[in-house]
Amino acid sequence: MSRCEATGVLTLEQLKSKLPSKERFEKGPVAVIECIQKIPCDPCIGACKLGAIRKESLVVPPEVDYERCTGCGECVSVCPGLAIFMVNLNYKKDEAMIMIPYELLPKPKKGEIYEALDREGKSVGETRIITTKLKKDRTAVVILAVKKPLAMIVRNIGRRLK
Amino acid sequence: MPAFDFKNSKEKADLRIWEHPVLHFERGETVHMYMNEKEIKGYEGETIVAALYASGIKIYSRSIKYDRPRGFFCGIGKCSSCLMRVNGIPHTRTCVTLMENGMKVEYEKSRGEPPAESEVEAERDKVDTDLVVVGGGPAGLSAATAAAKLGVDVFIVDENPKAGGQLIKQTHKFFGSKSTYAGIRGIEIAKILLKDLRKTSAKWMLNASAIGHYEGKKHLLVAVQNNRKLIELSAEKVIVASGTRENMLLFPNNDLPGICGAGGVQTLMNVYGVKPGNDALIVGAGNVGLIVGYQLIQAGVNVKMVVEAMPRIGGYLVHASKLRRLGVPILTRHTIKQANGKDHVEGVTIVELDEKWQSIEGTEEYVNADLICLAVGLTPSSELLFQAGCKQAYIPELGGRVAVHNENLETTLNGLYVAGDASGIEEANTAMMEGRIAGANIAMEYGKNRAEAEKIRRKSFKDLEALRAGPFGERVLRGKKRVWELWREGE
Repeated sequence: MSRCEATGVLTLEQLKSKLPSKERFEKGPVAVIECIQKIPCDPCIGACKLGAIRKESLVVPPEVDYERCTGCGECVSVCPGLAIFMVNLNYKKDEAMIMIPYELLPKPKKGEIYEALDREGKSVGETRIITTKLKKDRTAVVILAVKKPLAMIVRNIGRRLK
Repeated sequence: MPAFDFKNSKEKADLRIWEHPVLHFERGETVHMYMNEKEIKGYEGETIVAALYASGIKIYSRSIKYDRPRGFFCGIGKCSSCLMRVNGIPHTRTCVTLMENGMKVEYEKSRGEPPAESEVEAERDKVDTDLVVVGGGPAGLSAATAAAKLGVDVFIVDENPKAGGQLIKQTHKFFGSKSTYAGIRGIEIAKILLKDLRKTSAKWMLNASAIGHYEGKKHLLVAVQNNRKLIELSAEKVIVASGTRENMLLFPNNDLPGICGAGGVQTLMNVYGVKPGNDALIVGAGNVGLIVGYQLIQAGVNVKMVVEAMPRIGGYLVHASKLRRLGVPILTRHTIKQANGKDHVEGVTIVELDEKWQSIEGTEEYVNADLICLAVGLTPSSELLFQAGCKQAYIPELGGRVAVHNENLETTLNGLYVAGDASGIEEANTAMMEGRIAGANIAMEYGKNRAEAEKIRRKSFKDLEALRAGPFGERVLRGKKRVWELWREGE
């Protein structure tokens, strides 16, 4: 049994082999799929118009072709497990951009400051809302700005601070 | 029996949810009913219990022997917690009975009294058709659509006020593949299934419970609609897609109001838009427990934690991660030691378990909570099948005793089929596929559109195999194989 099966929290160590390379991250926006279990699911494949997400069969975790992925973020709101994020390390000199799927109220608005939460829901600092896109199916995609070192740590927002 | 304590009930409260990130609650005209002569306001389309709960009334009956309060538990007519006398009719399941203007709802004394003669005007009706489907959930609707499309005359009965089974309360997007509507929310899948059904000639009846299988030339079922109308349904073929009921867990005070089935909570908050509590604790970290935890947060409820007796989380990691990101702890190897409270849950004592499943002394922790959600498994609703006399078997992998059936979902009684969770606990995707297989198989047996029927059947078998292929499908598949084997042995 891997540890995440007892905690419900994936560690970066467990994700490592699935993530884009350092060089790819440096090139700009890219999808980060935090899905490692063999579950029968495939909407991510259909969401990617570039054919960058593949699955060998219905029950294996998706594989991303990071050369094809442009980081458009179309897959973020589609994943039923809310397990796809988009990370852009090149957003600003000291800031990264993260897209997260969000299905709670209130919907964050541009310019607001929220608590930045990690995979355990712990506050790890602040985040600024760049924008929120509400999809037709009512899943919102919240686009956040965080300090660069937090790009692979922040996965949710908590209380509104400002 | 002591009178109901109105003093302590917040009857002026309105626990309805008016804003929700995913759902939009369409409420009809204002309706007024009388609860022990007190006026209760509700909205057209609400069940009696939904309106009472929304008004802060959370006790509906009392146990016969010890006079203990009974609250909301299953919400879909499968337990007995909310039985009340309604317009003079005793033992009415108020969770599946819609409220009406001027309705008279009363607590029952002990075992209740029979209705006065003047209060009962029963009607009767007869339906003779090719196929009767019991249950309008994912399996039943898929079966009915498949069969009707191929030219079979179909009649569906469902005991709930709304069709769609448990899909109508699933706010999350579904897993699975394209043929099972993956990526679409359960509530939307229910709409698609109903839309497909409406394109066929199939007929259906809601608020109607199939209560028994009787002697007849064909299969003869008797259904009761709205506690007043008796309908005789006869057909050569019957599919029982009656779903499941939620399991109970043993612990002191497990009958207190405020302890609800996870599915019951979903019905209350996602179908009727009523906030089930303020602070919730969830027992069970399977997919149901994890999903209901997330849905509670969407409904504005504070989820304190999920406790799970097993050393690992049983549900999908992605569901668990959603909750963890929201700061909800998931405590494996923990269980409920007891619920605390007098007439309603006020708190929970949890305890850690050792490797032999024994409580570790000194690890008890008291958690303030007014809602305990039990997500500790489901049991197939097989009553009708067993009463009809089909062979049964205890298959732990399928959630308990099930009707023995073959790959085509036919039981050991000729023409009597089972599909969906009633045939073994799985999930909505596989239920849809099983329904299609049963429906197509019946069409073939009637000799209707054989080529097309065979195509649907083959495709559904293939989809089903793909859905069950992963490690999460292993256990069910083992159970299914055992059941198929038992069916063949009996041939």
